[in-house]
Amino acid sequence: MAIFQQILFIAVVATTGYLLFKRILRIRNNIKLGRKTDRFDNKSERWKNTLLIAFGQKKMFKKPIAALLHLGIYVGFLVINIEGIEFFLDGLFGKHRVIARFLQGINMTGFYTVTLNIFEFLAVIVILSCVFFLIRRNILGIKRFDGIEMTHWPKLDANLILIFEIILMFAIMTMNASDQILQSRNVAGYPQTGRMIFSDIFASPFYQNLSTPALIIVERVAWWIHIIGIFAFAIYVTYSKHLHTALAFPNTYFANLNAQGKIQNMDEVTKEVKMMMGMPVENEESTNGNEGEIPRLGAKDVNDLSWVNIMNAYSCTECGRCTSQCPANLTGKKLSPRKIMMDVRNRAEEVGESIAKGGKGLEDGKSLLGDYITKEELFACTSCNACVEACPVMIDPLSIILQMRRYLSMEESGAPQSWNAMFSNIETSFAPWKFPPSDRFKWADELAKEQENADENK
Amino acid sequence: MEDKNLYKVPTMAEMAQNGESPEVLFWVGCAGSFDDRYKEVTKAFIKILNKVGIKFAVLGQEESCTGDPARRAGNEFLFQMQAMGNIQVLNGYNIKKIVTACPHCFNTIKNEYPDLGGNYEVMHHSEFLQQLINDGRITLKEGGAFEGKKITYHDSCYLGRANDVYEAPRKVLETLDAELVEMKRCKTNGLCCGAGGAQMFKEPEKGNKDINIERTEEALDTGAGIIATACPFCMTMMSDGVKNKEKEEQVKVFDLAELIAKNEKL
Repeated sequence: MAIFQQILFIAVVATTGYLLFKRILRIRNNIKLGRKTDRFDNKSERWKNTLLIAFGQKKMFKKPIAALLHLGIYVGFLVINIEGIEFFLDGLFGKHRVIARFLQGINMTGFYTVTLNIFEFLAVIVILSCVFFLIRRNILGIKRFDGIEMTHWPKLDANLILIFEIILMFAIMTMNASDQILQSRNVAGYPQTGRMIFSDIFASPFYQNLSTPALIIVERVAWWIHIIGIFAFAIYVTYSKHLHTALAFPNTYFANLNAQGKIQNMDEVTKEVKMMMGMPVENEESTNGNEGEIPRLGAKDVNDLSWVNIMNAYSCTECGRCTSQCPANLTGKKLSPRKIMMDVRNRAEEVGESIAKGGKGLEDGKSLLGDYITKEELFACTSCNACVEACPVMIDPLSIILQMRRYLSMEESGAPQSWNAMFSNIETSFAPWKFPPSDRFKWADELAKEQENADENK
Repeated sequence: MEDKNLYKVPTMAEMAQNGESPEVLFWVGCAGSFDDRYKEVTKAFIKILNKVGIKFAVLGQEESCTGDPARRAGNEFLFQMQAMGNIQVLNGYNIKKIVTACPHCFNTIKNEYPDLGGNYEVMHHSEFLQQLINDGRITLKEGGAFEGKKITYHDSCYLGRANDVYEAPRKVLETLDAELVEMKRCKTNGLCCGAGGAQMFKEPEKGNKDINIERTEEALDTGAGIIATACPFCMTMMSDGVKNKEKEEQVKVFDLAELIAKNEKL
């Protein structure tokens, strides 16, 4: 029996490892569809941000209740997974509570007991937080959990994760409860752990009356549910908004460090403008190096965006803080920054899937612009940075919107009529409004006149 | 007071001709030059500069759109043409320090011109005014025109979130000895007036409300009689909002510089 479980465990680990590896590789390739951008400077500030914002969840606390509940799950997730080490060793060696035995050997059972009680306490917190989150998401009618993009899979995904976590925690509690009863009956193979308070109080009563063989089955099943649950969850996460649990860290590290108001300069345009204005152009070689392949101006599809933009999309938790702050969305316009991020992710997935299958990939006749994101959404943005400010994991939807506007304006001449008029005003009158340039300094004459009048009235 | 030209507006060209250079260049901006309402802000700021005796200059007809709306509407070519033209002029005069009453010009020159060879110390007029206050060149006036009056300040996105300038405008308002009341959404959470990102130059997309109405309602909810702004686009949007709500008798929209100038009886 034990050897069968060992073989099964190793098979499960190998399968998980393989699937996870493939999936991570796919996501990596999808992110690498994006253009190069240099986000490797300023390491100390980047680490500081990662510690404060990703690890320390600083921006989450703009919404204190959600932040506290999320913190419970986050700490629970981090800490309880330490127990995974013992799970893993147990599975591998076909033993039970290897670490407990080891600590017993060096007279440190007390440490084990305290640690497991901390895990159990956190498990209870996680269950309560998840239940509260489920209520919040499904019953309280919080607006940011709705929206045109929050149907079907995204809606299901959000609930599945919470249910998943509750099941995992229940498995731990069941396992510990049955284990404790087995210990009290001095069943061989169940070393003493000391009292695990929460499972003893809340779960033990359900199993007290079972026979020892039945209890062993309960304990084994709970163990397997937990360990398979963790592995399944790890794979599931890569298809889910829950990928933020991993990507929030690199995403924060590689976030934009410039003033939020700064728009990235297009160096390829600078070169051309300088040549037009008869100014010296640096980096002549790199111009020649790129010959033959003129990059598209702005973004039409995911490969026109930077890899950071695509990583942003994979890091999105679909919490909707961005959309709930967006002035366009608040006033009923189609734009939703969250949808922009989800669209980028979906398109990257579609392209990646196609490439993996030997399909047409980016040349499938579809594109991010048009098939996913419409002009109307892009034109509704006020570039106010509220979405950027709101994001707890430093996602920048505005960058994507502006790159797509560039494509529309420069490659498609697809800007709204009034913008085209504004462009030609700037070209001919050097102001966005149609005033004669010679009137630019008239205010000074007006000021002088006002003073004269004021003096005369004195 | 007999001097007819109490308020001088020296141009950079004149100064350069006399071999002089200003402490600071006042970048007026297109709205400050052409928009009838915002010209008043320009004049108010000129009066303050004259009053405190700062050696300043303007570019006059040599100034040109920074390119901000073109860039935000996606026309990078036009933006860079404008930027490089302006940088040639500014560098030609060896300008070191710029102040402007427009957060869009401020953001563009400060953050975006360096990539194109334009490196200057750039200040928004709220920061400049704050410095004058810190230096004691503008002081709190008791019994001024705004004493005890309720004022609410509307954060401009390009000043606030874009450049983290939240305190300077509020510090400026403090010298009025008025009662500063905040809107529900302020500072980092401030709601846009609806004009940024080149929205000023087009009709809004289809929706169920205009953004400036949403924001104006919030401003009116504070019960303030004055909405203070620090941006020409915000000024337009909030004034339109107040008009739309038929409150222009009770509620006025003023720029920071106008409030200071009025308080100083300039």
